[in-house]
Amino acid sequence: MLNQNLKLNTKIFNTDLEKISTRQGFGEGLLKAGSENENIVVLSADLEESTKVNIFAEKFPDRFIELGVAEQNLASVASGMASMRKIPFIASYGIFSPGRNWEQIRTTICYNNQPVKIIGSHTGLSVGPDGGSHQALEDIAITRVIPNMVVISPCDAIEAKKATIACSLTKDPTYIRLTRNNTPIITTNETPFEIGKAQIVFIPEIGLAHVGIIATGPILYKAIVAARELEKKGIKVKVMNLSTIKPLDNDAVIALAKETRAIVTVEDHQIAGGMGSAVAECIAQNYPIPIEFVGVKDKFGQSGKPEELEKYYKIDDLNIIESVKKVIKRKV
Amino acid sequence: MENLTDEKIKELKIIANNIRKSIIEMLLEAGSGHTAGALGMADIFTSLYFHILKHKPKEPLWVNRDRLVLSNGHICPVLYASMAEASYFPKEELKTLRQFGSRLQGHPHREFMPWLETSSGPLGSGLSQAVGMAIADKIYGGDKTIYALLSDGEHDEGNTWEAIMLANKEKLSNLIVIVDRNSIQIGGNTEKVMPLGNLKEKYQSFGWNIFEVDGHDFWEINNAIYNAKKNKDKPSVIIAHTIPGKGVREWENDYRWHGKAPNKEEAEMALRGLGASL
Repeated sequence: MLNQNLKLNTKIFNTDLEKISTRQGFGEGLLKAGSENENIVVLSADLEESTKVNIFAEKFPDRFIELGVAEQNLASVASGMASMRKIPFIASYGIFSPGRNWEQIRTTICYNNQPVKIIGSHTGLSVGPDGGSHQALEDIAITRVIPNMVVISPCDAIEAKKATIACSLTKDPTYIRLTRNNTPIITTNETPFEIGKAQIVFIPEIGLAHVGIIATGPILYKAIVAARELEKKGIKVKVMNLSTIKPLDNDAVIALAKETRAIVTVEDHQIAGGMGSAVAECIAQNYPIPIEFVGVKDKFGQSGKPEELEKYYKIDDLNIIESVKKVIKRKV
Repeated sequence: MENLTDEKIKELKIIANNIRKSIIEMLLEAGSGHTAGALGMADIFTSLYFHILKHKPKEPLWVNRDRLVLSNGHICPVLYASMAEASYFPKEELKTLRQFGSRLQGHPHREFMPWLETSSGPLGSGLSQAVGMAIADKIYGGDKTIYALLSDGEHDEGNTWEAIMLANKEKLSNLIVIVDRNSIQIGGNTEKVMPLGNLKEKYQSFGWNIFEVDGHDFWEINNAIYNAKKNKDKPSVIIAHTIPGKGVREWENDYRWHGKAPNKEEAEMALRGLGASL
């Protein structure tokens, strides 16, 4: 059942469940943050509408800079603006930023420790028909490896809005991972959000859980659906929304590991270096137990409907269920 | 910015000579580092730190200071030597260059030396950062001048041209770029490694205001910056022809001095030429 304390969306299992993209939530959050802080500036690399920074640009044209298709410039110009006490948000597709401009992000933003907020939209296989060249499946790995960087992967539009506002108030270089498609609304405006805090969104009706599922991003919804199915079969599961991947909420991850002694991680990203790897680093050092990873296995994506791709690359709810069963067998 | 008198030029020449001596001493002590570009830019750094820049060495983070971005961070011995000469920190500290725990990292790192405007080393992103500073100052109504010092070699980097286009689009008249046109890079002559051709025409076609100077002539450097500051609708570039290794005749124009430090005998010889000794 849903964790009542978090005031999550009670319609989550209804057929008329509302769906909004995380990029839309970001765009609205940016408008709110920008209305409250005149030092927020927004830089775009010719993807104004599809990254939803147009919402800010229409209201604050003087604080919006269009740089053309030039992501390396995007990152380093933002660093220069941050050094003049501005809070720049830079928006593109994840594959281009932080992909194309990784070294500029490392050196001009993170090495200088400047509060630039990097918004990577259209990440994951869920981009669908655009094909493999546009499906960022490596962005968590390449951002979380950089010192000083904070990495957030919101589960829905409401959380994306909150994450955007929250990160505008910190001095940390931050990467926010967004997605293109409309995805289920899991949280509500009343659900608490804090950077660096994981939340247990789904809990057993009674007793302790047999397995802990840790998910990040909109795929959290599939983890919740899988947990509900497993519950019907008598397998008790806790599901964690790990929206902040770095800094990792070690205490919450270790507590879940201690309770369940079996973990499944779920992400629309390569297994190598992703959220599951971050969890594994924590668990291996603190409380070694079996882990199964649901994610993309060292492959590039391709064109197709998101559901087709999720099935083919084995990251859908059925694969989550299989992985839970597998990890239970490995329990000692 | 005042005019340069003959007396002031005489004074600047003495300071530049001191900076060159410091560069050689610190590179000898460090045992590695970049010599040619540092020596070649000593006169331009002297002009900036001792005549042109609006800054307060005793209040390094003074909010209304001009900003100086060194993009080609490998020539940082000249930056550190100029800062020490201007009393940002004691000259004795120069001997810690490239040592563990030193504020004077092998390539500039702002975390160790917070009075730097930015960290640099990887080529091609300094101009972008300067452009960011110039945009920020412009849209928030400041009156600073942002100086960006670039090597000619880093015009191989596409990122530099991205920034050149944006500076034109944003009409950044508060931005002055000085290109160290010494025609060498680590692998040889710039025209052999990757021909840059006529940089002046290239910048011109990107909509910039252009100056070309002898990078060792204080009067020419000053005059170009004076005129660049009068411009109100375009970014300006000063293409400064410099001699790599300038001041040590035996090293001048020899690209092999791009990326190495002198040994004791070489340093002694160089210092003698500059009227000093170890």
